[in-house]
Amino acid sequence: MHELSIACGLVKTAVNEAERHGASRVVSIELVLGALTGVEPEALSFCFPMAAAGTTCAGAELKIEIEAAKGRCGRCDATSEVRDLMSPCPHCGGWPLGLEGGREMRVRALEVT
Amino acid sequence: MCGTCGCGKPDEAGTAGHVHESHAHDEHGHSHGHHGHEHATQTTTLIQVGQALLAENDRFAAQNRGLFDARKTRCFNLISAPGAGKTTLLEKTLEALRARSVGCAVIEGDQATDLDARRIAKTGVPVVQIETGRSCHLDAHQVQHALEDITLPAGGLLFIENVGNLICPTEFQLGEHERVTIVSVAEGHDKPAKYPLAFRTATAVVIAKTDLLAHVDFDLAEARRLVRGLNPNAPVFELSARTGEGMDRWLSWLQSPR
Repeated sequence: MHELSIACGLVKTAVNEAERHGASRVVSIELVLGALTGVEPEALSFCFPMAAAGTTCAGAELKIEIEAAKGRCGRCDATSEVRDLMSPCPHCGGWPLGLEGGREMRVRALEVT
Repeated sequence: MCGTCGCGKPDEAGTAGHVHESHAHDEHGHSHGHHGHEHATQTTTLIQVGQALLAENDRFAAQNRGLFDARKTRCFNLISAPGAGKTTLLEKTLEALRARSVGCAVIEGDQATDLDARRIAKTGVPVVQIETGRSCHLDAHQVQHALEDITLPAGGLLFIENVGNLICPTEFQLGEHERVTIVSVAEGHDKPAKYPLAFRTATAVVIAKTDLLAHVDFDLAEARRLVRGLNPNAPVFELSARTGEGMDRWLSWLQSPR
Protein backbone atom coordinates (compact mmCIF):
# COMPACT_ATOMS: atom_id res chain seq x y z
CA MET A 1 0.00 0.00 0.00
CA HIS A 2 2.47 2.64 -1.18
CA GLU A 3 -0.44 5.07 -1.60
CA LEU A 4 -0.37 5.82 2.13
CA SER A 5 3.17 7.19 1.96
CA ILE A 6 2.19 9.12 -1.18
CA ALA A 7 -0.84 10.53 0.65
CA CYS A 8 1.41 11.61 3.54
CA GLY A 9 3.71 13.41 1.08
CA LEU A 10 0.72 15.04 -0.59
CA VAL A 11 -0.59 16.33 2.74
CA LYS A 12 2.84 17.71 3.61
CA THR A 13 2.98 19.57 0.29
CA ALA A 14 -0.54 20.96 0.73
CA VAL A 15 0.05 22.01 4.36
CA ASN A 16 3.25 23.84 3.39
CA GLU A 17 1.64 25.59 0.42
CA ALA A 18 -1.39 26.62 2.49
CA GLU A 19 0.86 27.98 5.23
CA ARG A 20 2.98 29.86 2.73
CA HIS A 21 -0.18 31.61 1.49
CA GLY A 22 -1.45 32.35 5.00
CA ALA A 23 -4.42 30.03 4.60
CA SER A 24 -5.94 28.35 7.63
CA ARG A 25 -7.65 25.44 5.97
CA VAL A 26 -7.45 23.39 2.78
CA VAL A 27 -10.90 22.83 1.26
CA SER A 28 -9.88 20.77 -1.73
CA ILE A 29 -6.82 19.49 -3.56
CA GLU A 30 -6.65 19.05 -7.31
CA LEU A 31 -4.43 16.26 -8.48
CA VAL A 32 -3.52 15.10 -11.97
CA LEU A 33 -2.69 11.41 -12.18
CA GLY A 34 -1.56 9.71 -15.35
CA ALA A 35 -3.25 6.50 -16.42
CA LEU A 36 0.14 4.79 -16.71
CA THR A 37 1.47 5.62 -13.25
CA GLY A 38 1.79 3.22 -10.36
CA VAL A 39 -0.60 5.18 -8.18
CA GLU A 40 -4.09 3.77 -7.78
CA PRO A 41 -6.60 6.66 -7.48
CA GLU A 42 -9.01 4.68 -5.32
CA ALA A 43 -6.30 3.59 -2.92
CA LEU A 44 -4.97 7.14 -2.72
CA SER A 45 -8.47 8.50 -1.98
CA PHE A 46 -8.88 5.83 0.69
CA CYS A 47 -5.59 6.73 2.41
CA PHE A 48 -5.88 10.48 2.09
CA PRO A 49 -8.24 11.16 5.07
CA MET A 50 -5.92 9.20 7.38
CA ALA A 51 -2.92 11.20 6.24
CA ALA A 52 -4.88 14.47 6.49
CA ALA A 53 -6.30 13.90 9.98
CA GLY A 54 -5.09 16.50 12.45
CA THR A 55 -3.72 18.82 9.77
CA THR A 56 -5.07 21.83 7.89
CA CYS A 57 -6.03 19.32 5.16
CA ALA A 58 -8.43 17.42 7.44
CA GLY A 59 -11.75 17.06 5.66
CA ALA A 60 -10.39 18.38 2.38
CA GLU A 61 -11.81 16.94 -0.80
CA LEU A 62 -9.34 15.15 -3.06
CA LYS A 63 -10.18 15.78 -6.71
CA ILE A 64 -8.26 13.44 -9.00
CA GLU A 65 -8.20 14.05 -12.72
CA ILE A 66 -6.92 11.10 -14.72
CA GLU A 67 -4.59 12.03 -17.55
CA ALA A 68 -5.13 9.57 -20.38
CA ALA A 69 -2.27 8.15 -22.40
CA LYS A 70 -2.18 7.98 -26.17
CA GLY A 71 -1.10 4.91 -28.04
CA ARG A 72 -0.14 4.52 -31.67
CA CYS A 73 -0.42 1.05 -33.10
CA GLY A 74 2.67 -0.15 -34.91
CA ARG A 75 0.57 -2.52 -37.01
CA CYS A 76 -2.39 -0.41 -38.25
CA ASP A 77 -1.10 3.06 -37.29
CA ALA A 78 -4.36 3.93 -35.50
CA THR A 79 -4.22 6.20 -32.47
CA SER A 80 -6.25 5.34 -29.38
CA GLU A 81 -6.67 6.21 -25.75
CA VAL A 82 -4.74 3.81 -23.54
CA ARG A 83 -5.93 2.80 -20.08
CA ASP A 84 -3.02 0.58 -19.12
CA LEU A 85 0.32 -0.65 -20.40
CA MET A 86 -1.04 -3.97 -21.64
CA SER A 87 -3.96 -2.45 -23.59
CA PRO A 88 -3.99 -3.69 -27.18
CA CYS A 89 -5.01 -1.55 -30.15
CA PRO A 90 -8.84 -1.36 -30.11
CA HIS A 91 -8.89 -1.44 -33.93
CA CYS A 92 -6.69 -4.41 -34.81
CA GLY A 93 -5.68 -5.95 -31.46
CA GLY A 94 -2.02 -5.11 -32.05
CA TRP A 95 0.41 -4.75 -29.15
CA PRO A 96 2.60 -3.05 -28.07
CA LEU A 97 1.55 0.49 -28.83
CA GLY A 98 3.86 3.46 -29.06
CA LEU A 99 2.89 5.33 -25.91
CA GLU A 100 2.73 9.00 -25.16
CA GLY A 101 1.71 10.72 -21.91
CA GLY A 102 -0.04 9.13 -18.97
CA ARG A 103 2.91 9.51 -16.62
CA GLU A 104 1.88 12.78 -14.97
CA MET A 105 1.71 12.91 -11.16
CA ARG A 106 1.16 16.50 -10.17
CA VAL A 107 -0.53 18.56 -7.46
CA ARG A 108 -2.23 21.17 -9.64
CA ALA A 109 -4.00 23.46 -7.19
CA LEU A 110 -5.37 23.93 -3.71
CA GLU A 111 -8.61 25.57 -2.70
CA VAL A 112 -8.07 27.22 0.68
CA THR A 113 -9.73 29.56 3.14
CA MET B 1 -18.97 13.93 6.21
CA CYS B 2 -18.54 17.45 7.48
CA GLY B 3 -17.04 19.38 4.63
CA THR B 4 -15.23 21.67 7.02
CA CYS B 5 -13.34 19.46 9.38
CA GLY B 6 -13.84 15.93 8.09
CA CYS B 7 -15.24 14.79 11.40
CA GLY B 8 -17.58 12.28 9.80
CA LYS B 9 -14.55 10.06 10.40
CA PRO B 10 -14.09 8.23 13.71
CA ASP B 11 -14.14 10.62 16.64
CA GLU B 12 -10.83 12.37 17.07
CA ALA B 13 -12.02 15.18 19.31
CA GLY B 14 -9.18 17.09 20.85
CA THR B 15 -6.66 16.21 18.13
CA ALA B 16 -4.34 19.13 17.62
CA GLY B 17 -5.21 21.15 14.56
CA HIS B 18 -8.65 19.62 14.26
CA VAL B 19 -10.27 22.90 15.07
CA HIS B 20 -11.36 25.55 12.66
CA GLU B 21 -12.48 29.12 12.77
CA SER B 22 -16.22 28.59 13.26
CA HIS B 23 -16.26 26.00 15.99
CA ALA B 24 -14.29 23.37 17.79
CA HIS B 25 -15.33 19.74 17.97
CA ASP B 26 -15.81 19.63 21.69
CA GLU B 27 -18.37 22.45 21.50
CA HIS B 28 -20.97 20.33 19.86
CA GLY B 29 -19.99 16.73 20.35
CA HIS B 30 -19.92 15.77 16.68
CA SER B 31 -23.59 16.08 15.79
CA HIS B 32 -23.11 19.01 13.49
CA GLY B 33 -25.51 18.60 10.63
CA HIS B 34 -26.52 22.14 11.51
CA HIS B 35 -23.52 23.99 10.18
CA GLY B 36 -22.99 22.69 6.67
CA HIS B 37 -24.76 25.63 5.08
CA GLU B 38 -22.78 28.20 7.05
CA HIS B 39 -19.51 27.14 5.51
CA ALA B 40 -20.87 26.98 2.00
CA THR B 41 -20.87 30.76 1.90
CA GLN B 42 -17.20 31.04 2.88
CA THR B 43 -15.02 32.44 0.14
CA THR B 44 -12.17 30.24 -0.91
CA THR B 45 -8.95 31.02 -2.74
CA LEU B 46 -7.37 28.88 -5.40
CA ILE B 47 -3.61 28.41 -5.15
CA GLN B 48 -1.82 27.08 -8.21
CA VAL B 49 0.76 24.56 -7.06
CA GLY B 50 2.10 22.64 -10.05
CA GLN B 51 4.36 20.49 -7.92
CA ALA B 52 5.18 16.85 -8.54
CA LEU B 53 3.16 14.52 -6.31
CA LEU B 54 6.37 12.80 -5.22
CA ALA B 55 8.32 16.06 -5.00
CA GLU B 56 9.74 15.31 -1.57
CA ASN B 57 11.01 11.87 -2.57
CA ASP B 58 12.35 13.27 -5.84
CA ARG B 59 14.27 15.94 -3.94
CA PHE B 60 16.00 13.35 -1.74
CA ALA B 61 16.65 11.22 -4.83
CA ALA B 62 18.35 14.14 -6.57
CA GLN B 63 20.53 14.71 -3.49
CA ASN B 64 21.44 11.00 -3.40
CA ARG B 65 22.35 11.15 -7.07
CA GLY B 66 24.61 14.10 -6.31
CA LEU B 67 26.39 12.04 -3.63
CA PHE B 68 26.85 9.12 -6.04
CA ASP B 69 28.14 11.34 -8.82
CA ALA B 70 30.58 13.15 -6.51
CA ARG B 71 32.21 9.78 -5.79
CA LYS B 72 31.76 8.49 -9.33
CA THR B 73 29.80 5.60 -7.88
CA ARG B 74 27.30 3.97 -10.18
CA CYS B 75 24.07 3.06 -8.40
CA PHE B 76 21.77 0.15 -9.32
CA ASN B 77 18.28 -0.26 -7.85
CA LEU B 78 17.30 -3.96 -7.93
CA ILE B 79 13.56 -4.63 -8.03
CA SER B 80 11.78 -7.98 -8.09
CA ALA B 81 9.06 -10.03 -6.45
CA PRO B 82 10.08 -11.88 -3.28
CA GLY B 83 12.04 -15.01 -4.10
CA ALA B 84 13.16 -14.04 -7.60
CA GLY B 85 16.77 -14.51 -6.56
CA LYS B 86 17.95 -10.94 -6.02
CA THR B 87 20.20 -11.78 -3.10
CA THR B 88 21.78 -14.82 -4.75
CA LEU B 89 22.40 -12.84 -7.93
CA LEU B 90 23.93 -10.10 -5.82
CA GLU B 91 26.18 -12.51 -3.91
CA LYS B 92 27.54 -14.04 -7.11
CA THR B 93 27.85 -10.63 -8.74
CA LEU B 94 29.83 -9.23 -5.80
CA GLU B 95 32.16 -12.23 -5.76
CA ALA B 96 32.83 -11.87 -9.47
CA LEU B 97 33.34 -8.11 -9.24
CA ARG B 98 35.76 -8.55 -6.39
CA ALA B 99 37.79 -10.89 -8.58
CA ARG B 100 37.83 -8.06 -11.12
CA SER B 101 38.93 -5.58 -8.39
CA VAL B 102 35.77 -3.48 -8.66
CA GLY B 103 34.81 -1.70 -5.43
CA CYS B 104 31.23 -2.33 -4.33
CA ALA B 105 28.79 -1.49 -1.55
CA VAL B 106 25.27 -2.68 -0.85
CA ILE B 107 22.14 -1.27 0.74
CA GLU B 108 19.68 -4.00 1.66
CA GLY B 109 15.99 -3.23 2.02
CA ASP B 110 13.68 -5.67 3.77
CA GLN B 111 10.55 -5.33 5.81
CA ALA B 112 12.18 -7.22 8.65
CA THR B 113 15.41 -8.99 9.65
CA ASP B 114 18.99 -8.50 8.51
CA LEU B 115 19.26 -12.01 7.07
CA ASP B 116 20.09 -10.74 3.57
CA ALA B 117 22.60 -8.22 4.90
CA ARG B 118 24.37 -11.01 6.76
CA ARG B 119 24.53 -13.06 3.57
CA ILE B 120 26.01 -10.11 1.70
CA ALA B 121 28.44 -9.32 4.53
CA LYS B 122 29.99 -12.77 4.05
CA THR B 123 31.22 -11.65 0.63
CA GLY B 124 33.32 -9.00 2.41
CA VAL B 125 31.47 -6.13 0.75
CA PRO B 126 30.28 -3.25 3.00
CA VAL B 127 26.54 -3.55 3.52
CA VAL B 128 23.95 -1.55 5.41
CA GLN B 129 20.47 -2.82 6.13
CA ILE B 130 17.29 -0.76 5.99
CA GLU B 131 14.40 -2.41 7.78
CA THR B 132 11.34 -0.73 6.35
CA GLY B 133 8.96 -2.12 8.98
CA ARG B 134 5.47 -1.76 7.60
CA SER B 135 6.55 -0.08 4.40
CA CYS B 136 6.52 -2.03 1.15
CA HIS B 137 9.25 -0.11 -0.71
CA LEU B 138 12.38 1.90 -0.16
CA ASP B 139 12.22 5.65 -0.53
CA ALA B 140 14.98 8.13 -1.24
CA HIS B 141 14.92 9.52 2.30
CA GLN B 142 15.61 6.10 3.83
CA VAL B 143 18.43 5.58 1.36
CA GLN B 144 19.95 8.95 2.28
CA HIS B 145 20.09 7.87 5.94
CA ALA B 146 21.62 4.54 4.95
CA LEU B 147 24.28 6.46 3.02
CA GLU B 148 25.39 8.03 6.31
CA ASP B 149 26.50 4.57 7.42
CA ILE B 150 28.38 3.48 4.34
CA THR B 151 31.39 4.70 2.40
CA LEU B 152 30.62 4.87 -1.28
CA PRO B 153 33.28 3.05 -3.32
CA ALA B 154 34.92 5.73 -5.44
CA GLY B 155 34.64 4.73 -9.08
CA GLY B 156 32.78 1.59 -8.00
CA LEU B 157 29.25 0.28 -7.80
CA LEU B 158 26.47 0.62 -5.24
CA PHE B 159 23.66 -1.92 -5.31
CA ILE B 160 20.37 -1.19 -3.58
CA GLU B 161 18.32 -4.33 -3.10
CA ASN B 162 14.78 -3.04 -2.83
CA VAL B 163 12.03 -4.69 -0.81
CA GLY B 164 10.71 -7.74 -2.66
CA ASN B 165 7.71 -6.22 -4.43
CA LEU B 166 6.95 -5.54 -8.09
CA ILE B 167 4.39 -2.78 -7.50
CA CYS B 168 5.26 -0.35 -4.74
CA PRO B 169 8.91 0.46 -5.50
CA THR B 170 8.23 1.51 -9.09
CA GLU B 171 7.33 5.18 -8.58
CA PHE B 172 9.99 5.86 -5.94
CA GLN B 173 13.26 7.06 -7.44
CA LEU B 174 16.16 6.47 -5.08
CA GLY B 175 18.71 8.43 -7.06
CA GLU B 176 19.85 5.34 -8.95
CA HIS B 177 21.51 5.47 -12.36
CA GLU B 178 20.06 2.15 -13.41
CA ARG B 179 16.94 0.31 -12.40
CA VAL B 180 17.11 -3.44 -12.84
CA THR B 181 13.88 -5.45 -12.74
CA ILE B 182 14.41 -9.16 -12.14
CA VAL B 183 12.03 -12.02 -12.87
CA SER B 184 12.90 -15.67 -12.39
CA VAL B 185 11.77 -18.50 -14.63
CA ALA B 186 10.18 -20.13 -11.56
CA GLU B 187 7.61 -17.33 -11.46
CA GLY B 188 5.91 -17.69 -14.83
CA HIS B 189 6.44 -15.96 -18.15
CA ASP B 190 3.35 -13.77 -17.71
CA LYS B 191 4.92 -11.78 -14.84
CA PRO B 192 5.79 -8.81 -17.08
CA ALA B 193 2.15 -8.61 -18.24
CA LYS B 194 0.86 -8.73 -14.67
CA TYR B 195 3.28 -6.10 -13.34
CA PRO B 196 3.97 -4.06 -16.47
CA LEU B 197 5.14 -0.82 -14.85
CA ALA B 198 8.08 -2.52 -13.12
CA PHE B 199 9.31 -3.65 -16.54
CA ARG B 200 8.37 -0.44 -18.32
CA THR B 201 10.40 1.73 -15.92
CA ALA B 202 13.44 -0.57 -15.83
CA THR B 203 16.67 0.35 -17.60
CA ALA B 204 17.65 -3.34 -17.65
CA VAL B 205 15.76 -6.59 -17.16
CA VAL B 206 17.14 -9.86 -15.80
CA ILE B 207 15.48 -13.21 -16.43
CA ALA B 208 17.01 -15.26 -13.63
CA LYS B 209 17.35 -18.91 -12.66
CA THR B 210 17.62 -20.07 -16.28
CA ASP B 211 19.14 -23.32 -14.98
CA LEU B 212 15.56 -24.26 -13.97
CA LEU B 213 14.13 -23.84 -17.49
CA ALA B 214 14.06 -27.60 -18.08
CA HIS B 215 11.95 -28.10 -14.95
CA VAL B 216 9.29 -25.37 -15.27
CA ASP B 217 6.69 -24.33 -17.84
CA PHE B 218 8.30 -21.00 -18.55
CA ASP B 219 7.91 -19.81 -22.13
CA LEU B 220 11.11 -17.84 -22.62
CA ALA B 221 10.08 -16.51 -26.04
CA GLU B 222 6.81 -15.18 -24.61
CA ALA B 223 8.60 -13.55 -21.67
CA ARG B 224 11.02 -11.89 -24.11
CA ARG B 225 8.11 -10.67 -26.26
CA LEU B 226 6.34 -9.13 -23.27
CA VAL B 227 9.48 -7.46 -21.91
CA ARG B 228 10.37 -6.12 -25.36
CA GLY B 229 6.83 -4.82 -25.88
CA LEU B 230 6.85 -3.01 -22.57
CA ASN B 231 10.39 -1.77 -22.84
CA PRO B 232 12.00 -1.79 -26.30
CA ASN B 233 15.30 -0.29 -25.15
CA ALA B 234 16.39 -2.01 -21.95
CA PRO B 235 18.99 -4.76 -22.31
CA VAL B 236 17.69 -8.17 -21.22
CA PHE B 237 20.00 -10.59 -19.43
CA GLU B 238 19.09 -14.25 -19.23
CA LEU B 239 21.26 -15.84 -16.60
CA SER B 240 21.72 -18.31 -13.80
CA ALA B 241 23.62 -17.06 -10.79
CA ARG B 242 23.92 -20.66 -9.62
CA THR B 243 25.61 -22.11 -12.70
CA GLY B 244 27.17 -18.85 -13.90
CA GLU B 245 25.50 -19.13 -17.31
CA GLY B 246 24.98 -15.66 -18.79
CA MET B 247 26.80 -13.93 -15.95
CA ASP B 248 29.67 -12.56 -18.04
CA ARG B 249 27.41 -10.39 -20.19
CA TRP B 250 25.65 -9.08 -17.07
CA LEU B 251 28.95 -8.28 -15.35
CA SER B 252 30.27 -6.51 -18.42
CA TRP B 253 27.14 -4.38 -18.57
CA LEU B 254 27.46 -3.45 -14.88
CA GLN B 255 31.01 -2.29 -15.48
CA SER B 256 30.52 -0.66 -18.84
CA PRO B 257 31.11 3.10 -18.75
CA ARG B 258 28.02 5.12 -19.68
